[in-house]
Amino acid sequence: MKKTVFLGALTVAGLAAGVAAAGTLDDVKARGKLNCGVTTGLVGFAAPDANGEWGGFDVSICRAVAAAVLGDPTAVEFVPTTGKTRFTALASGEIDMLARNTTWTFSRDVDLKFTFVGVNYYDGQGFMVPKDLGVSSATELDGATVCIQTGTTTELNLADFFRSNNISYEPVPIETNAEGQQQYLAGACDVYTTDASGLAATRATFEAPADHVLLPEIISKEPLGPLVRHGDNEWGDVVRWTLNALVTAEELGVTSANIAEMTAGTNNPEINRLLGTEGTLGAMLGLDADWAKAAIMSGGNYGEIFAMNIGEETPIGLARGLNAQWTNGGLIYSPPFR
Amino acid sequence: MTILTDPPKESFRLSMLLYDTRYRSATIQVIAMFAFMLLAAWLINNAIINLNTLGKPISFGFLSDTAGYDINQRLLDYDSQDSHIRAALMGLLNTLVVAVLGCITATIVGVFVGVMRLSNNWLIARIMTVYVETFRNVPVLLWIILAMAILIETLPMPRAFKGDTPTATMDLFNTVAVTNRGVYIPEPLFSRSLGDIHVLGDMALRFNISMDLVAFLIVLGLSIFGMRKVTARANAIQEETGDRPKTWHVLLGLLFGPTLVLMIVLGFHLGYPELKGFNFKGGIHMRNSLIALWLALSLYTAAFIAEIVRAGILAISTGQSEAASALGMRSSRTMRLVILPQALRVIIPPMISNYLNLTKNSSLAIAVGYMDITGTLGGITMNQTGRELECVMMLMAVYLVISLSISGVMNWYNNSVKLVER
Repeated sequence: MKKTVFLGALTVAGLAAGVAAAGTLDDVKARGKLNCGVTTGLVGFAAPDANGEWGGFDVSICRAVAAAVLGDPTAVEFVPTTGKTRFTALASGEIDMLARNTTWTFSRDVDLKFTFVGVNYYDGQGFMVPKDLGVSSATELDGATVCIQTGTTTELNLADFFRSNNISYEPVPIETNAEGQQQYLAGACDVYTTDASGLAATRATFEAPADHVLLPEIISKEPLGPLVRHGDNEWGDVVRWTLNALVTAEELGVTSANIAEMTAGTNNPEINRLLGTEGTLGAMLGLDADWAKAAIMSGGNYGEIFAMNIGEETPIGLARGLNAQWTNGGLIYSPPFR
Repeated sequence: MTILTDPPKESFRLSMLLYDTRYRSATIQVIAMFAFMLLAAWLINNAIINLNTLGKPISFGFLSDTAGYDINQRLLDYDSQDSHIRAALMGLLNTLVVAVLGCITATIVGVFVGVMRLSNNWLIARIMTVYVETFRNVPVLLWIILAMAILIETLPMPRAFKGDTPTATMDLFNTVAVTNRGVYIPEPLFSRSLGDIHVLGDMALRFNISMDLVAFLIVLGLSIFGMRKVTARANAIQEETGDRPKTWHVLLGLLFGPTLVLMIVLGFHLGYPELKGFNFKGGIHMRNSLIALWLALSLYTAAFIAEIVRAGILAISTGQSEAASALGMRSSRTMRLVILPQALRVIIPPMISNYLNLTKNSSLAIAVGYMDITGTLGGITMNQTGRELECVMMLMAVYLVISLSISGVMNWYNNSVKLVER
């Protein structure tokens, strides 16, 4: 029995590793579908709507990549992953890319062997508490019970934060955001902690969002971005430059509304290169000339995606803040299309 | 006249390996063995090569790295600066705790239900049938989640105990606090404690031995030794004279007397839970996750054990109980002294596999956030270090060792109760 199980595991690992070595871009094209890992449900970032259609900030990245590679933003198989299962899913080749508000860290990049292709949301870890708890700062949380998603960087930040402030806490590990929400609302934990954007998104789904406050402390840097496996640079380039195309489109004023008009030809050569009417950027990536156009048409440019899914007009109501274009004092900056 | 002839000497030819029935099966087995080993070697080699190309050759060095995460229920001292192996040890202990608690409770409930299901009382028998059928026909994961949801949603939160007009109060003369974060019960404390002994210094497997506990165990051991002596003496007197001297008061005194004296010497008192800040402090905190997992696992497994017990009892021929009642034994004594000892022989082997099942099912713990070894080593550690294969192999080895130990102990017990054949 022991041997069979052991060998079974080895087979799985062997096969998985074998899959990982192949060219992902060719795989995706041959399959006609992009396998994209997303969260199990975080409104605004990735959640299925009433018709089962996935939508959200992270989902839009998947759709843009599918549009760029396959010309069809709906050719995506969304694979819901938890904080725990996401890396195994990516490393094993079950998914081609992961767009699941995942923090870019040294060890994930170097030790876990993933390539973060960029940052699509600059975030930080925050705390949410019920208003009637009367807490105004995270340093007052001595002895509190804290709900935390396991397998995340927040788990480690939390341990560090409480240790460095020399206060104690009781962690309640949970698997998914939905479970965390249930436990938090039932009062099984005093505090819910995750990325501030996630907290805002979660709070927006509450019956009485005003009864809960986000504490002022942001205890970590959480640059969130899509990632792919190490060792397949062609595929990494495709995802990286799709994200950059969305960012550049916003910077250059290319929107889903005026893109048709812009494709007819403009006197800005960078726009022309981006949209494929000039130069051979698409061919260099191994894609069609209008790859970026397809990506932008799938959900709009970076700013449009932000505004539609998590922006101030939505229930989640996140301000652009650090996620404004560099020209507006934010950190969103794409290398040039040249 | 007899002629003795040697049988013709058979010379061994290679083709006999295949055509001679004496050797054929051995040949086939050897070939099969080789094929199997080649396959295994290929698989292992393949895994190693692929892991190397992925840049993650198999290594267990990560175990001594800093874990960096906290664990809520820890039986030994642990903080986020300890190593991954220490975190795995905490998880292992949590697994063992819930497995042991679960096996004990499941056995008690299971035997009770199994016996009751055979009751002549129509209502009781039917209720037990309903229990068995509902519990064993619904996946255990759902029971675990249901138990957790009930605990979280129905019990008051610690905040409800606060203020001038609290909506919840502590139970049992203000000693037990039942909240939706768990149950806080009083803890034994010693004002003149003997202290702890630290074993293994700074190593990952370090632990403390409470000298108070050791003292209690020694005293209890001596008490039991004394009780045995008294019983043996009573037996001897009974053999000799036919009268059994009264021993129960001596036995009772021997059992509790020395322990009570030791408790007074050590300054025994109870530490009660108190609401401080966000949570209750003091006392023993039995977390919701533990209670939910423990309840669900034991009630689920008890349903199977009940059926095993019932089968075991039904396997004993009615002649046995009829003979017992012919001798004038009451039905409860018949059950205890005649039926159950014989039924145990039928009951124990399938019981072993249920204990194993319960232990393995405890790996569903993460569903309620109970930090067992699957949650620490196979969860957070695996996730933070990306060492999937190593972690899963270690996990399998751990469960294998636990399961084999349970089987070993139960087989030993089975041997001790099985029919001694003459």
